[in-house]
Amino acid sequence: MDDGMRAATIRIAGAGGDQIEAYAAGPAGTGRRGGVVLIHHMPGYDRWSKEVARRFAVDGYDVVMPNLYHRDAPGADPDDAAAAGRANGGVPDERLLGDVAGAIDHLRGLDTANGKVAVIGHCSGGRQAVLAACNLDLQGAVDCYGAFVVNDAPPERQLPMKNLVDQLPNLRCPLLGMFGNEDAYPSPEHVDLLEKILTERELEHEFHRYDGAGHGFFGADRPSYRPEAAVDGYQHIAAFFARTIG
Amino acid sequence: MCTYTTEFAEITGSGKGRDGWFALSSATVYYDHPVHAPAEHTLNIDFTDGRPGHRVAVELTATSARELVAAIERALGSVPAELLT
Repeated sequence: MDDGMRAATIRIAGAGGDQIEAYAAGPAGTGRRGGVVLIHHMPGYDRWSKEVARRFAVDGYDVVMPNLYHRDAPGADPDDAAAAGRANGGVPDERLLGDVAGAIDHLRGLDTANGKVAVIGHCSGGRQAVLAACNLDLQGAVDCYGAFVVNDAPPERQLPMKNLVDQLPNLRCPLLGMFGNEDAYPSPEHVDLLEKILTERELEHEFHRYDGAGHGFFGADRPSYRPEAAVDGYQHIAAFFARTIG
Repeated sequence: MCTYTTEFAEITGSGKGRDGWFALSSATVYYDHPVHAPAEHTLNIDFTDGRPGHRVAVELTATSARELVAAIERALGSVPAELLT
């Protein structure tokens, strides 16, 4: 069995042609395989996110995770970069799309590429995965508890991001969604509304919802971790990737 | 959830970071996921001078943050007003 793997920090061309840092992981073998763009959560390009990248590499995919805060703090520790990104107002949607597009191009340019690429994101990255799937050439998208996909934040919070309702008709690929029933953002009602919109427009989707789980249940280094939901969720992700980019 | 909400304060003072003391110019305050504290959400404060990586960071539970606010107010309230600038 060839279970070798490589993982390293690389540079890719992101939005506007900027050279940004990214974490790449993939099998050591030379067989053709799909690619996965991993969008890190709001705390940044951290150890757990890199572990998730390596997990998908073990499953047989080439993975690239762009550091969405690279421009805010080149070379800084991930937590310092996340703090700087936050202080600078967060990640604009247009820049996110450019960075994910750069990651897609990188994956499709690999000698091992089979041409198929999926995107997955957690938390803020869940919304960004849906955003990418509505705007970029992808074969699959996985939204892990992304908030503000169908709802806006309360006006008093004055948050920069908008919901994606007007973009959902442009969804270009199957969407796998995983949500905790104890979550408030997105709440079960938000997930109901997203499911209703997708069903009415006959957009392919597959949702899984977990009792006893709230936001961030995949986060193995956090108190929100719910192993039963995470283990089941990873099985659905594996099946989804096998079907859409395998 | 990621709250996204961020408050800012212009501050004057100093903080001690990994490379020693430096002058502070701003504080970023938000209630969101911590990096290190064992809680789902914490009140986080980044004291900075505007340069990435130059940061003194704290992550406090909501209860702790309120205790800190109260302690700061008690400390400021316990000294003669003419000493406060």
